[in-house]
Parts: sequence; C-alpha cells; structure tokens
Amino acid sequence: MSSRTRKISNKKILFSLCFTTLSMFGFGFAMIPLYNVLCKNLGINGKTDKKAYLTSDEIDLSRTIRVEFMTNNNNYLPWDFYPRLQHIQLHPGENILIYFSAKNNSKRQMTVQAIPSVSPGLAARYLKKTECFCFTQQTFKPDQHRDMPVLFHIDPHLPKNINTITLAYTLFDTTNLKQAKLSTQSLAHIPN
Amino acid sequence: MEQTLDLEHSAPQGFLTFIKRWLFTTNHKEIGTLYLLFSLLMFFIGGIFALLIRAELFQPGARLLNPEFFNQMTTLHGLVMLFLAIMPAFSGFANWMIPLMIGTPDMAMPRMNNWAFWILPVAAILLFSTLFMDGSAPNFGWTMYAPLSTTYGPASTDYLILAIHLMGLSSLMGAINIIVTLLNLRTPGMTMMKMPIFCWSWLVTAFLLIGVMPVLAAAVTMMLMDRHFATSFFSAAGGGDPLLYQHLFWFFGHPEVYIIILPAFGIISQIIPTFSRKKLFGYRFMVYALLAIAFLSFIVWVHHMFVTGVPLAAELFFMYTTMLIAVPTGVKVFNWVTTMYRGAISFETPMLFALAFVILFTIGGFSGVMLSMVPADFQYQDTYFVVAHFHYVLVPGALFGAIAGAYYWLPKMTGVMYSERLGQWHFWLSVIGVNLTFFPMHFLGLAGMPRRVADYSLQFANFNAIASLGAFLFGFAQLFFLYIIIQAIRGKGKKASAKVWDGAEGLEWTLSSPPPLHSFTTPPKFE
Repeated sequence: MSSRTRKISNKKILFSLCFTTLSMFGFGFAMIPLYNVLCKNLGINGKTDKKAYLTSDEIDLSRTIRVEFMTNNNNYLPWDFYPRLQHIQLHPGENILIYFSAKNNSKRQMTVQAIPSVSPGLAARYLKKTECFCFTQQTFKPDQHRDMPVLFHIDPHLPKNINTITLAYTLFDTTNLKQAKLSTQSLAHIPN
Repeated sequence: MEQTLDLEHSAPQGFLTFIKRWLFTTNHKEIGTLYLLFSLLMFFIGGIFALLIRAELFQPGARLLNPEFFNQMTTLHGLVMLFLAIMPAFSGFANWMIPLMIGTPDMAMPRMNNWAFWILPVAAILLFSTLFMDGSAPNFGWTMYAPLSTTYGPASTDYLILAIHLMGLSSLMGAINIIVTLLNLRTPGMTMMKMPIFCWSWLVTAFLLIGVMPVLAAAVTMMLMDRHFATSFFSAAGGGDPLLYQHLFWFFGHPEVYIIILPAFGIISQIIPTFSRKKLFGYRFMVYALLAIAFLSFIVWVHHMFVTGVPLAAELFFMYTTMLIAVPTGVKVFNWVTTMYRGAISFETPMLFALAFVILFTIGGFSGVMLSMVPADFQYQDTYFVVAHFHYVLVPGALFGAIAGAYYWLPKMTGVMYSERLGQWHFWLSVIGVNLTFFPMHFLGLAGMPRRVADYSLQFANFNAIASLGAFLFGFAQLFFLYIIIQAIRGKGKKASAKVWDGAEGLEWTLSSPPPLHSFTTPPKFE
C-alpha cells in the first residue's frame, strides 16, 4: 500500500478516534456537574438554594407578591401531605413562617425527603429559606402526624415582572435509599 | 479491469463451511450483504410491530391489543426501526460501496468490520428476548425517559440497556472503520473534494456517530446504575434530576436523526445525477451543507424539550438554531432540483424513489419548521403532528433513500437487473401507502390526538381508519421488494452490464456486475 498517499497512519487515526469516543463517553458523565453548575448559576431549573439564609430585615412595602403552595406525593406515597395555607400575599423582604402538615398513614416507620420546586423557575433564587423541613430527611412513625415549618422571605430584588410564585414540594420515599450507597455526585445535592 | 485476480472461493461445500465462511468473513462485500439482509429482516419485524399498532388504532376502543402490549409495540417498533433496520441498512451500503467508490480492495480494518456486524444479531436477540419475559418488554417509548425506565421500568429494561450498548459499539466500530478507510485508502488522485458525495455523507455521519453514541451509552449506563446501584442520577429523591436524562438523551437524539438521514442524502445525491444524466449541481456546496447540518445538529436538542419549562432565552436560542437547519437542508433540496433542471431524466425505480424522497422529505422538513416555533410547539407537543413529522422524514426520507439505493445498486451487487415492472408496482403502492398513512396524522395532531395511547376519542376515527388502511397497503407493498430482492439473489433476470445505468459515473461502475469478490487489488486510475 506504499503506493497510496497517506499522511497519518491507520493506527494513529484509530487511536485518536477511540480516544474521542471514550472522551465523549466521559463527557456524558461530565454533563451532570456541568448541568448542575449551569442550572444553579443561571437559576433556571426552579430549584431553591439548599443553604439557609439569614432572615431579612428590609421590607419593600411598595410591592405585594402572591405565593402559592402546592404539595405532591411521589409514587402513591401513603401519606397525607398538604400546606396549612393555600396561598399568601406578602411584601418582598417580609419573613414568613408557614406550616406543611404531614401524616404517615402506613403501618411502618418511613423516611421521606421533600424536594422543592419553584415556578417560574427564574424566581427560585429569590425565594430564600431560613428554615425548611426539606433541608433534612424526615422520619415518621406509623400514624404519626406533624406540622413542619418553612421560614422564608422573598428577596426584594425579585424581577419586577414576577408577581406570583408557586412553591411546590414533592414528597419522596427515601426509607430504602441508603445514604452511604449514594454516589458522591448525588450526595452533593442532598441538603446538609 | 480487475478480473485477472479472481480469487472466487471454490472452497469445499457443506453446512459448517457455509456458516464459517459468513461468520468469519472479512470481505467488505460479504459483510455489506450481511448488513443489508439483516436490516431487511429487521425492517419486516419492525414493520409487523407497526402494523399491530395500526391494527389497534383502526377503530377506537382498544379492542385488539392490551394497552400494555401496545406500549411495548410502540417502544420496540421505534428501537428496531432506528437501530436495527435503518442504521444497519446504511452501514451495509457503506461497506459495499465505499471501497468500490474510492478504489480500494477493502475497508481499513476488516476484522473489526466483521465484529461490528456480528454484534448486531446478538443485540437484536437481547432486545427481542424481552418480549418473552415475565413482566413485560420495555414499554416506555423509544426515548426511554426516566423515571419511566428507572423507577417504573420493567425488569426486562436491563436487557434493553445492554442491547443499546451493543448496538452503540457496533455502530461506533463501523464509524471508525469508515473514517479510516475514507481518510487513508482513497485511490491516488482522488482528493477529499473529489470523493463521491455518498462517501462524504458517510464521513460526516461517522463523525456524528462518534460524537453522540458514547453519550447515549453514558445515559443508559446511568440508567442501569440508578436501577441497580442505588445512584440517583435521574431521581429527584436522591438529589438527581429526571430532566437531566432528557438533556442527555436528546443531545444524542438529535444528531441521531441526522445520522439516519445523511447517508440517505448521499444516496439520493448519487441517484439524481445518474438519471438526470448531468453532474451533481453544486458538489462543493452539498459538502458544505452536510458539514453545516452536522454542526447545527449539536446545538438544537432542546427543541425536543420546549415544554419542560426551559427559560425563555433557551427557547429562543434553540428555536433559531432549529430554523437555521432549514438553510443547509434547503441548499441540498435546491441543488437536487437544479441537478434535474434541463437534464435528460428517465424514471427508473431508483429515480422514482429519489423523486418521492425529495418531495416527501421536504414536506417532513416543513412540518419540522412548524414544530421549531416555540408557541406552535406547545400546541403540537406529544400529538400525532409530531408522529406525522418524523415519519415523513424517516419513511419517505431515510427509508426511501435506502430503498432507492437498493434498486440503484442491486444490479451491481447481484449482476442481474430487477424487474422494472415489479419495481414500479412497489414504488407506486409504497408512495400511495405512505401518504395515506402519515398525511392524515397531521390533521389528527392538529385536532389534538395524543401520541402513544392505545385508544382515542370518536372524532378521530375516520382519519385513523384511513391511516391504518394506508399502513397495511404500505406494509404489504414491501413484499414486492422482498420478492424482487430474492429473485435478484437467485440470479433470475436480465444480465446487468458493468455500467448498469447509462448515466452512472464513478469507479464502482468500472467493475463487472457483480464485481469480483476481491476488487481493486491495485489502485485504479482516477480521472
């Protein structure tokens, strides 16, 4: 084959293509931290910050925001779970304490994790929590009932075009999800 | 010109020898044949799944199939047609024709080539075995969205995941082989910009495969880990994000649709000049258009996810990039039309399929532009309009491209002309069947019929009945194709000349029909 003009040997091309293939496989996994960092910094996927903020001491009385509360049970979780208030009118910067009611209707002890989601997504970074039951997993005995608090305020820098914010919690059963077995990747996202 | 070195195998006969020959073959023509026959078989199996779907949807009321089974059929129909029918068909043409077109004796890595093919039947067996398992076969659609495939996926999902890994490996090995062959084994004098356009289309496709197949492999690996190793990549409970799966999948999924259509573009770009008896108009721009489409395909994936709540800025960006794809695609369509302009056109079966391709693919392209618009997409999302759109680009698009290629090269491969009369029957029944099946789906989608549901409300009954009749017409028309191919393989028919088509140009037509098993052992002269 020496008669054929060739600049790079077959082997070299083969290796570089295999390398590309493997790096694209790696890229698939690299998408996960990348996605999380992007979503967090751009504030685009409606996830609230996991860290606890100080309460606010500056109230913007010129605006009134309506905040609605929603709850969902994931995968037919046999629990009662609802907000004590359906919605609330508040001023940006006002510290609000509300309660979500939860009851374990099953016959066994269960651990749950509430995952918050804010709509519109861009409002998520302005919804700042000082205390939230979603910061930790919650363990309930059979038939146990508890009111769980959320202390939050809306950052006065909330964009002018947002007047209504929906805060939704979905309750996931994590009884069998062993913390130790979680990958470090996912651990980074578990509050606390 | 190459007949002097004819090593036509006169090996001892026998069943074991026969099996061994095909199992261990490293000859590009034999591997190409294996790919094509395998793909034909899968095309009929995937077609049976499709007809079961259409039989169920013939009348409202979920009478025929259990809805659970219906879901398995939609899932498997999609997976089989994409990964086991269309992609191997184009790999088959690549294996057969690329060495002949660039004047080289074989692919650069013949043993890897053998391996790339023989992984596929294994993947197919894994995939089909899920139909016979307790529980159910995968039932969450070919897109395999989490958490349907993770938390709620049936046990058989693991087999699907491994099958996808194997199909991915196979296509990656094929792609690497094609790139090395095209870069290094061209006959002296054939520069990159003198390569036949089919070779260019495959070169671009192969790079797309290398770019995105590993990402799908990563996504299904994460799925497997979520299912069995207590990770939470896609589970919100553990801190993951189900939406992330969609991003990973469509990062693969959108280039995948170009992986499927670009080789068809290449075949059509060979056929239209042949039967117009003119050179391909704007060869250079055809190549640039291929490259532009390939580049754009990486930055449009979110248009599959407009309703997931992505921010406005992303919606706008992905809407505009998606619309931008219409530009290089339009360049291709206009160049095909201009190639035909004032050409001495004749209408043999390959040309008929190519013409239908140009027209019907363009219809599919238009509905794609409609879908690219965010506000319109909110309305069309998950309706039959989407089904109509992608079937218009996949059936009269990719599939007609493959069928046109089969008619175009069948006389070269087998050495006998197919029956033109039967070919015309096949074409007209197919083209009528395709339009009867998929055109009414546009209206169904606009009227709001959701996809992936085994039942529908009464007002959709008429169009669904028409679509089902069309589907059966199309399905049974393919028996003509099967018969024509069997006859050609048996050597029944007029002997084909070396050039086969009087307007054909290229090195492959300088060889006898069929070409000797080992061709171009010395590099041919080019121009």
